[in-house]
Amino acid sequence: MSFASVDPTPIWITLQLAAWTTGLLFMVGTPIAWWLARTESRARPLVEAVTALPLVLPPTVLGFYLLILMSPEAPLGRLWLSATGDTLTFSFSGLVVASMIYSLPFMVQPLAAAFEGVGRGPIEAAASLGASPFDAFLRVAVPLSRRSFLTAGVLTFSHTLGEFGVVLMVGGNIPGATRVLSIAIYDHVETLRYAEAHALAAGLLVFSFAVLVLVYAFDRRARVRVG
Amino acid sequence: MTLWIAFLVLLPPMVGGAEEVVVAVASNFAPVAEGLAEDFAASTGHEITLVAGSTGKLYAQIVRGAPFDVFLAADTARPARLVADGQAIPDARRVYAVGRLVLLGRADDLPTQVGPELLATGTFRHLAIANPSLAPYGVAAREVLRALELDVVLADRLVFGENIGQTFALVASGNAELGLVAQAQVIGDPARRSAAWLVPARHHAPIRQEGVLLARAAEKKSARAFLDYLATDEARRAIEAAGYEVP
Repeated sequence: MSFASVDPTPIWITLQLAAWTTGLLFMVGTPIAWWLARTESRARPLVEAVTALPLVLPPTVLGFYLLILMSPEAPLGRLWLSATGDTLTFSFSGLVVASMIYSLPFMVQPLAAAFEGVGRGPIEAAASLGASPFDAFLRVAVPLSRRSFLTAGVLTFSHTLGEFGVVLMVGGNIPGATRVLSIAIYDHVETLRYAEAHALAAGLLVFSFAVLVLVYAFDRRARVRVG
Repeated sequence: MTLWIAFLVLLPPMVGGAEEVVVAVASNFAPVAEGLAEDFAASTGHEITLVAGSTGKLYAQIVRGAPFDVFLAADTARPARLVADGQAIPDARRVYAVGRLVLLGRADDLPTQVGPELLATGTFRHLAIANPSLAPYGVAAREVLRALELDVVLADRLVFGENIGQTFALVASGNAELGLVAQAQVIGDPARRSAAWLVPARHHAPIRQEGVLLARAAEKKSARAFLDYLATDEARRAIEAAGYEVP
């Protein structure tokens, strides 16, 4: 295998994409998971279903609708264009938005399970000692769930690394901007450059496997409930 | 006696009976191939099964022993390679269609008529082309930009579809204002045709799409007949009407 001839740019872009996606999903996914774990609202199954949808939908379905939603003719795409001067599709920011939707369940599900595990007792105890709800969340729920935060982050990160269908649809395959690892592998296979495809694919395989072993060794409770 | 019955039972499919021909076809040509397959079936009784995909993917499947009889590629390189590797029959190879590129825009988005001047003005955000490392239409598109001396100026406006179909989708969904797509994708739609400029053939090497008989079907008369059918006047007319040129 000719590892030396492999262009490392897609690896770098993919790592950046996964890091941004994971960081932003911590901010978006944590409140959703907290709400899901504690609410008695009848809207809960709806929200749960929405957050689990990316697990069951083919990425091409997500990619297709994102292509339409993010187009400059749609409200979201138009808003983004007027705010930033750049289109949402074919841009790194667009990939981050798409990946956040794509990886949402991998953040929300482990966190919601952990928050449910904390239960009402410790939170109520904190409240009776004068803690505000936010204080109780930050000082009690978060420390008790710290392992699941790690699991959720690692799963989100590694799931984003492997993203293919969505970026194929909305990314535009621009070298140095939106050509991620999985697309580069696909290009190599289609152009019969199997050595390069092997180098990148084997790297991703080994990395993903190692991550999952670590996650499961570390926290046996927080499995993602796929399907 | 048993032998005789077996012979009688086996006889019909061997002489003049209907056979099934599995044709792997480049996605861009699949809609035309459907019509051709129907006409061929109607006149010969042979059944055609079409498997559409990108030329690269179909090639990889053929090399791995996919059960195809005929390969209608979007280029001449993969058929040549199959012949060189002994996986296709050298004397059963023919260019069945020559693709033409059009510059497609969305009339309501653009300040001027779609044409080379519009490319030069740069008053657009994205120009979609097929990925030149994967798709013959992408190679041709890059040659067009070079011929118009716009390849450097427009380098950062380019977005790449995985194949010519996805490239078309990038334009049709409004994400790219302009795209270099296949004439075949535009010809049936008057609204699109009016916002398209047929790129002169001199701007790029011809996009020759070659068909080839695969080794496993070397003795299959119906498969060879289908390849021959593509060169008949009737088939050539249908291919031309679909937006291709014929050799």
